[in-house]
Amino acid sequence: MHSLPDHYGTLMALWTGVPALILLMSWHLLEGPVINHLLVAQLPAEIQAGDSAQIQLAISKVHNLATGSGLAADASLMPAVSHLAALNERTLLLNSGIALSLCLICFAATYRRIKPELRARTEMENIVNMLLLASSGIAVLTTLGILASVVIEAWMFFQKVSPLEFLFGTTWSPQVALRADQSGSSGSFGAVPLFAGTLLISSIAMIIAVPVGLMAAIYLSEYASENVRKYAKPALEVLAGIPTVVYGFFAALTVAPFIRVLGTDLGLEVSSESALAAGLVMGVMIIPFVSSLSDDVINAVPQSLRDGSYGLGATKNETIRQVVIPAALPGIVGAVMLAVSRAIGETMIVAMAAGLAANLTANPLDSVTTVTVQIVTLLVGDQEFDSPKTLAAFALGLVLFISTLVLNFVALKIVQKYREQYD
Amino acid sequence: MQLIENHKTTGIPLSPKAKLSARNVDVFYGDKQAIHDVSLDIGENEVIALIGPSGCGKSTFLRTLNRMNDTIDICNIKGEILLDNENIYDPKVDTVPLRARVGMVFQKPNPFPKSIYDNVAYGPRIHGLAQSRVELDETVEKSLQRAGLWNEVKDRLHAPGTGLSGGQQQRLCIARTIAVDPEVILMDEPCSALDPIATAKIEELIDDLREKYTIAIVTHSMQQAARVSQRTAYFHLGQLIEVNPTDQVFTTPQHELTEAYITGRFG
Repeated sequence: MHSLPDHYGTLMALWTGVPALILLMSWHLLEGPVINHLLVAQLPAEIQAGDSAQIQLAISKVHNLATGSGLAADASLMPAVSHLAALNERTLLLNSGIALSLCLICFAATYRRIKPELRARTEMENIVNMLLLASSGIAVLTTLGILASVVIEAWMFFQKVSPLEFLFGTTWSPQVALRADQSGSSGSFGAVPLFAGTLLISSIAMIIAVPVGLMAAIYLSEYASENVRKYAKPALEVLAGIPTVVYGFFAALTVAPFIRVLGTDLGLEVSSESALAAGLVMGVMIIPFVSSLSDDVINAVPQSLRDGSYGLGATKNETIRQVVIPAALPGIVGAVMLAVSRAIGETMIVAMAAGLAANLTANPLDSVTTVTVQIVTLLVGDQEFDSPKTLAAFALGLVLFISTLVLNFVALKIVQKYREQYD
Repeated sequence: MQLIENHKTTGIPLSPKAKLSARNVDVFYGDKQAIHDVSLDIGENEVIALIGPSGCGKSTFLRTLNRMNDTIDICNIKGEILLDNENIYDPKVDTVPLRARVGMVFQKPNPFPKSIYDNVAYGPRIHGLAQSRVELDETVEKSLQRAGLWNEVKDRLHAPGTGLSGGQQQRLCIARTIAVDPEVILMDEPCSALDPIATAKIEELIDDLREKYTIAIVTHSMQQAARVSQRTAYFHLGQLIEVNPTDQVFTTPQHELTEAYITGRFG
């Protein structure tokens, strides 16, 4: 007996539902262009003779009038409007009619095939496989789509600004003249200050997050009693759940002024928006990433290794330093690298606390800006989408994408290698 | 099966040349009692085999002998265990030097993720046993030789210990244990993860080690117990049923439970 009654039932359901669903979806995708094409014929002759922008405009007016949201009725468009109403009604009927009949046809066809010798289970499993494949395909295609759009826009940017200037220029001033006679806005797209700022802030963040996170992980996994662990670990993970914008205003309104006052008292010159403030707060934000992942990795070190070390008369301290941490090291490195890619991609804290000034400096008390913040400022507000200024955002995005991709890739490789060692 | 009421261990549990002596030892995991009133001597330069069906408490008993059970929070121990007539459960005793004197080899080979050299040098280093690099090199070589591994690894001392075969790893763990120069070695089913050839090598090694060390070995294989040990202790449901010279246990067991076990009626 190769198939159970369930399998026949599921197969029937799949064959009845899925083709009709696919039909409905593709119908909706194609409906718009087809209707618009039909509408063009109904437009007044002088619009039809115009260019495509004019036709587009007229068509959207027709759509607006048909739904009743048009501002003023335009007599010359009325034939098209009534045509659209008729078309809409007809397509709805046609669409439901076809979908329903497809359902019935498929149902009948499958029903006739239901026989003891039909391998319903295999066929059903194949269909389900296809559906699963399609779902994962959506995720992959979306990623590819995003990548393609970033690459294309970045390519357009590099047509206008040379990649060498972008990657090695040291002045970032992404202003583009709107009028030919405008002064002081030649536009300069040297991204080095942004890379340097990103690096500076991420380094400060990692200097905070790695030691604190790692030591917290060691405490949680090796020293904390069951009870402490039960409350401390979720409490630490709450840090990861705080929205970054909250961290941002904490950094901007509490930490940055505090650092400035402290610095001024020590006789240092501190900008009110400093890389240090942003880096510190970002470091705190990243602690749970490091600690939680490292904790998992340290817990995954087999108890037998600890026993082996204790069995030789090693103390807990020696066991942790010389056996547990070395054994967990690849995993810890992986955790740190994931945290770094998180730090590089962080936007809100930096935008609020580190400022927008593209200074090329290694002084953490100065204000700097990062790749992500510049992307935001370049794209916020009304912008032309073909000027180098907005296209620069895509080039920056591409750089960011590639660097975090590389980091993630390396981190995952390391973690994987570690897993193989003990499984 | 039930516990035997008012049980007294059959045979000769005590020894005139006792190195380690357990006296009236009870072990509890939380509310559950795993060991019931066990008294047993482990004599100097002898190999004693602890046998019995799974869950009979033989591994638990072994782990009480160097306080490895301390790492388990819910584990409680009553009674005395004397090493050279000193109670190792005295609150003043530190587990660090104790475990250097009573080493342990585990069921699954557990080399550290370090080089072969560093695995063996681990113990001497943490206990500060070697004064110089040369001395450490000597200790490592001597331990590997005594564990019968030197010829196989002398050309790759700095290769990772985890890259060795299972049998070699287990001999590495034995070398690691004897590098600290313990007085007693506890072995918890040291061959259960190994093939017959590797097992034979370890058994041979155990026989050699007896000259210098006192060894207690937990094993599931009665043939192994018969091959390597001088005395055999049979555990059943946490009680020590019978202790006698190995030949006698396997030929003319005194207690009916021992007989049932070695003739394969349960286990």
